[in-house]
Amino acid sequence: MTDTSVINHDNEASFGDFVALLKPRVMSLVVFTALVGLLVAPAGVHPVIGFSAVLFIALGAGASGALNMWYDADIDRIMNRTKNRPIPAGKVTEGEAFGFGIALSGIAVVMLALATNLFAAGLLAFTIFFYAVVYTMWLKRWTPQNIVIGGAAGAFPPMIGWAAVTGGVSVESILMFALIFVWTPPHFWSLALFMKEDYSSAGVPMLTVTHGRAKTRKHILAYTILLIPVSLGLGLTSIGGPVYLAAAAAMNLWFLKGAFAILRRHEDTAAGDDYATERAFFRFSLIYLFLHFGALLVEASLRSFGLGGW
Amino acid sequence: MPITPEHEIHQRRFGRNLGLGLVLASFVALVFGLTVVKVKMLDPEITAQEVVR
Repeated sequence: MTDTSVINHDNEASFGDFVALLKPRVMSLVVFTALVGLLVAPAGVHPVIGFSAVLFIALGAGASGALNMWYDADIDRIMNRTKNRPIPAGKVTEGEAFGFGIALSGIAVVMLALATNLFAAGLLAFTIFFYAVVYTMWLKRWTPQNIVIGGAAGAFPPMIGWAAVTGGVSVESILMFALIFVWTPPHFWSLALFMKEDYSSAGVPMLTVTHGRAKTRKHILAYTILLIPVSLGLGLTSIGGPVYLAAAAAMNLWFLKGAFAILRRHEDTAAGDDYATERAFFRFSLIYLFLHFGALLVEASLRSFGLGGW
Repeated sequence: MPITPEHEIHQRRFGRNLGLGLVLASFVALVFGLTVVKVKMLDPEITAQEVVR
């Protein structure tokens, strides 16, 4: 051989690139809601088992994130927000991300089954399948309702946490699921209103593009109204109580006020102040969910002192 | 430019290997902890009978 080959190592992955494949920010929400689902469930669980359950639920969610990045690498290369992800940046190959996602999915499901029970592990397996296959492969590029149905994947963690303790489902766990499920559309659509992402060139049908921004504003209000009975209904179950109900009522009022403000906005005024109302609504949506689950946790700790609850 | 054996890539690889090592070590510790907890939760009478048999 006469020529010398130069190998460029600049793009070799670091440990952090593999962590980034697990979507750590999404994972933090999963950890929190799964932990609440586990802690509010009747009958306690040993701390080591509880810790393992939350860890493997989070790992499963992270694994489905890696599978999502593997499948969506072509879109991620086009969109500004995602082009620095490990695969588009050339740090990790698509095959590596796929193998990483599949292996971690298997580990998470098997370990959750061994640590807790088969029902919780089955739910986790279904969640991974739902996010990686139903949402990422089927819905995302096909229907503007992608976010609505895909939101189910993010709604499962508290239900899995509950199942890890009880081994089943109940009204309480279904309502915790419903709360996140109905919350997801207004949360994401408010983001879509101000992140002027080039979804159309990436071939993702976003409601703002397919049905227009005015229609998206109406959809946000519709789901915000739908959220009220779910949020208050959860307060009437065995895991709710006066503290939760008071907090939920206040937050729904605030959320509804924000949704009306978004509906009334004209595109020009919105563009004029750089989508201040939409940004505020998006930020509040995160607080909304955090405080709902936080209030459930407060009720659970009050109950251990013989207070709170119904 | 002096030729140094240590290149930036070696540091990055070391970081990756160290990270994986720590993850695996914590996994082993967790499985051990789970085993201890699960064994302690077993009914002592039943396990005693198993030993006698």
